Amino acid sequence: MMKENDKSMDGSARVKLDSTLVGSTESVSPDQLPETETCLNVQDLSLYYGDKIALQDITMRIPRKRVTALIGPSGCGKSTLIRCFNRMNDLIDSVRIEGRIELNGLEIHDKEVDVSQLRRRVGMVFQRPNPFPKTIYENVAYGLRLSEKLPKSELDDRVEWGLKSAALWDEVQDRLNDSALGLSGGQQQRLVIARAVAVKPSVLLLDEPASALDPISTLKIEELIAQLKADYTIVIVTHNMQQAARVSDYTGFLYLGEMIEFDSTVTIFTNPQEQKTEDYITGRYG
Amino acid sequence: METSEKLPQDIGAFHRQRVGIGSWFQSGDPWIWLTATAVGACIVAVLGLLGLIAFKGLAHFWPADVVTIDYESEYGEFRVAGEVVQREFIGRDQYMEAGSSATPFEGEQVERWMIKSGNRKINAPDFRWVYRHEIVQQRKDQNMIVFERAEWGNAYGTLVGIREQGQSIAHDEPWVELQQRIDRVSDLRDQARRIQKGSINRINYKLEKLRLEKRNRELRGIVNHSDIENEREQLNAEYVVEERRLRGITSQLERDGIEIQIADGRISTIPMRHIIRAWRPNEMSLWKKLGHYLSSIWIFLSQESREANTEGGVFPALFGTVLMVLLMSVLVTPFGVIAALYLREYAKQGPFVQLIRIAVNNLAGVPSIVYGVFGLGFFVYLVGGSIDDLFFKAAQPAPTFGTPGLMWASLTLALLTVPVVIVSTEEGLTRIPSELREGSLALGATKAETMFKIILPMASPSILTGVILAIARAAGEVAPLMLVGVVKLAPTLPIDGNFPFLHLDRKFMHLGFHIYDLGFQSPNVDAARPLVFATAFLLVLIIVALNLTAITLRNRLEARYRGAML
Repeated sequence: MMKENDKSMDGSARVKLDSTLVGSTESVSPDQLPETETCLNVQDLSLYYGDKIALQDITMRIPRKRVTALIGPSGCGKSTLIRCFNRMNDLIDSVRIEGRIELNGLEIHDKEVDVSQLRRRVGMVFQRPNPFPKTIYENVAYGLRLSEKLPKSELDDRVEWGLKSAALWDEVQDRLNDSALGLSGGQQQRLVIARAVAVKPSVLLLDEPASALDPISTLKIEELIAQLKADYTIVIVTHNMQQAARVSDYTGFLYLGEMIEFDSTVTIFTNPQEQKTEDYITGRYG
Repeated sequence: METSEKLPQDIGAFHRQRVGIGSWFQSGDPWIWLTATAVGACIVAVLGLLGLIAFKGLAHFWPADVVTIDYESEYGEFRVAGEVVQREFIGRDQYMEAGSSATPFEGEQVERWMIKSGNRKINAPDFRWVYRHEIVQQRKDQNMIVFERAEWGNAYGTLVGIREQGQSIAHDEPWVELQQRIDRVSDLRDQARRIQKGSINRINYKLEKLRLEKRNRELRGIVNHSDIENEREQLNAEYVVEERRLRGITSQLERDGIEIQIADGRISTIPMRHIIRAWRPNEMSLWKKLGHYLSSIWIFLSQESREANTEGGVFPALFGTVLMVLLMSVLVTPFGVIAALYLREYAKQGPFVQLIRIAVNNLAGVPSIVYGVFGLGFFVYLVGGSIDDLFFKAAQPAPTFGTPGLMWASLTLALLTVPVVIVSTEEGLTRIPSELREGSLALGATKAETMFKIILPMASPSILTGVILAIARAAGEVAPLMLVGVVKLAPTLPIDGNFPFLHLDRKFMHLGFHIYDLGFQSPNVDAARPLVFATAFLLVLIIVALNLTAITLRNRLEARYRGAML
């Protein structure tokens, strides 16, 4: 199939792939990593909206404490896939899921799984900043109050820790009791990250976290991702390829609901195995 | 060169080309005028309505001057004293038909004045028309006194003498003496009322409780109720004491009397206990009149009605209206919100839910009297009757809850207004962005936690909007209430000092029904008319006040959540 595509090409010179864009040095394919390095293990995952198939036979092993980027053109299923990891698709009545997703070796669709507990382990940040109409403090404390009964002083500490983790503490420490809605878009998005981090998840899902932000806020978010990588497994959906190259260690390319290629970011951006991947990265479509 | 010549023409293409009525219509200006006129007409109508009832209602409390008028009609010469409450012109034909053609006049119209001459039972009628051209002389007598009587309305006359135990007594300053004695009577009257409404009411309530308790025991086959008998003896003894006190006060009330001379020269005696207030409007300064005016309004608001509601105040009706509306709000809010939450958050959206939604919307259009009939049939007879059968067997055959009352009225109105709350709550729920729900769920909150912590607070402005609309509708309803709990005259308020303090089974008075009663059921239409306006104005004020409270609250909440709604 790929080769056919290749033949149809007009043979003009390709845009050269630039390895200097890639921030990561990981070069090992995720499939070659030891089993213990795998955080999320996706096997033959298919997802249907009613009769329509949205994801088809996705198999991938997302490594622990690395940044994994999902790229692909609009409507390819990136967001649908990332929402499978914390079972947000449960909210849609018509969705049907086949296949397995294991988090640290445990199947997340198992009947014994408490979805609330799962979502505490797998935090999520959405495309548009969505702080609650509460104070900054209450936003960060929201998840903590749900899961743990902490005394006031510990709660304060955790809120501070969360805000520091999201590199927001210096900017808001004097106005914790102000409404979160008064923050700028970039601050709001970091607040949402702080809110997710404060409950100490093991995985952070970022669904196009910077697409609604200005370049400076985007830069801050990217720096933050680089810091958070040390403690969390991060899966980020983006349609900005430079961003994917800058922040991720591994990259998966999705096209029309299929995982075309999943490998280290270096490989994907410099030596993709599939023609479609190369075409997308060099800007031929998408 | 060619382009520069063309330039002005190009610019001209933007300018208005056609002039005339056609282009005026095309421009849309008439539409702006039409819409603005419609809004203007609405504002004029509302302000006119409010202005009319406010003026007519509030003018009633002003201590108008008492005019003494001599007039000459075909029946002879008369002298009358009273307040001019209305002046109007009638046509010649109408005047001729009235049969009073004896006195000549010029022009096509006759002016006539309505004089409130009071003195019912002394010199009927208490309202009379006097033709302007028949008036021989009019003057204002400084000594003319208006007496507000507990019975038979106002009396107008000059003070001739004060009597104590049937004996006339002389005084240097009869006016001062009169005021002192009115104060004394007023104190005594208050004491008597306190005994009646307080201790005697309490004793009666306890006696009734004992009777029911005894009956209850009899139903259960217990024959020994000596303890009840003992308690009853004790209460009866207390009752005798209280009654004796009351009788003592009543006899003291009888002590004084006054003699007044009315306009036609006759002397009449009024027992002092009948006199509530007395004032001399013709010699009062503007400030004094203002003070009197305000105290009259206060009396209207704070006292019970007398004389088949045509005199006195409207406090029980005011109290009943507010209490009923508050109870209704307390009932309708959770009910409507829960229903809306189910429809929007839990129910699977489909044709069936859509059908329910349409049905709910249509419920709002059902005529209110239908709700009244339903309330009577379902709540009063079925539910209330069943409650009586189950819990109040002792009181039967007299119904306790199986009769119209406050609770059934509130429930019926809650049912009437629940569609409004459901619709506006649903609207609020749909306006909450899905990102916030997902944000909460993604943090590990359950659906219920998300609902209580995020969704309901954010929907609260919309919920309040629904409650505002519900209050506005419920406070003005009269028709259903007539079937399920409102009465012309309730002997006691629904809240008093007897346990359980709030008596949901009692009947109550309501301003809306009060207006109807004053306007159409009153034995004295002329006396009641200004009170119709005053009560209507009060009802509007109450609704405005309740609405403003809710609107302020809503705006405050809306300001808090505004940013999150984007």
